[in-house]
Amino acid sequence: MATSNHRPLSPHLRIYRLPLLAKLSITHRITGFGISLAAVLMPLVLSALAWNPSAYQCLQAQLSTWYGRLVLVLISAGLIFHTLNGLRHLVWDTGRNLAVPNAQRSGYAVILLTIVLTVGLWLYVCGYYRELL
Amino acid sequence: MSYRTPSPLQSARGLGSAKAGVEHWWIQRLTAVALLPLVIWLLLALLRMGDYEYATLIGWAAHPVNAVLLISTALALFWHSALGLQVIIEDYIGSKGLQLTLIIAVKLAHVLFAIVSILAVLKIALGAA
Repeated sequence: MATSNHRPLSPHLRIYRLPLLAKLSITHRITGFGISLAAVLMPLVLSALAWNPSAYQCLQAQLSTWYGRLVLVLISAGLIFHTLNGLRHLVWDTGRNLAVPNAQRSGYAVILLTIVLTVGLWLYVCGYYRELL
Repeated sequence: MSYRTPSPLQSARGLGSAKAGVEHWWIQRLTAVALLPLVIWLLLALLRMGDYEYATLIGWAAHPVNAVLLISTALALFWHSALGLQVIIEDYIGSKGLQLTLIIAVKLAHVLFAIVSILAVLKIALGAA
């Protein structure tokens, strides 16, 4: 197609403030991309376990550092968001909850649940509930 | 009599659907549905593990149920990921040549990741040398 590269973009992303649903939509894509990158950890960890114990120890040591933990926190947050929002997409695929007010409500629920579950998960990892359970 | 050559839409109209073309969409959903319980299982299993020493992980992955679910997770995850990345590449990479190159690279890399993951789990679970 012969289109010029100088035509205006719509929506103009530097001027137009994305509504909630658009923000959630692009976040779904970004977290999906991030999880795809993080998924490389699966063959890495499993192959180290299977064939190279010292490489596993190295991976374990790296993931235990502050930056390793930061990466794991980000992966878990992204995974929780993408899973919850993906569930929202699957419900839409059945034709339900498509009206804007419904989508807004489930959108806020996804944001809230992502925060609650991610914080809850890492409090658990840090032993926060050990006294309670 | 018409002097106009038929548009692609005109020549396609009335023939019915091609009976193909929804695989990408459908498998994306199928793997998504599979990943819902698998991701929850994997997160809970990793949380309940206590420590992440080599022996703990090996003992866990060698259990038949865990091995089966790990392989299922690898298959669903890398399939879902390959389809998702394909759409992202198609949307943002304008050049058709680069687009195709990246999609091929992504697909082959994902096949490789899945094979490595599956073979490693089999090795751990079956205890072969």
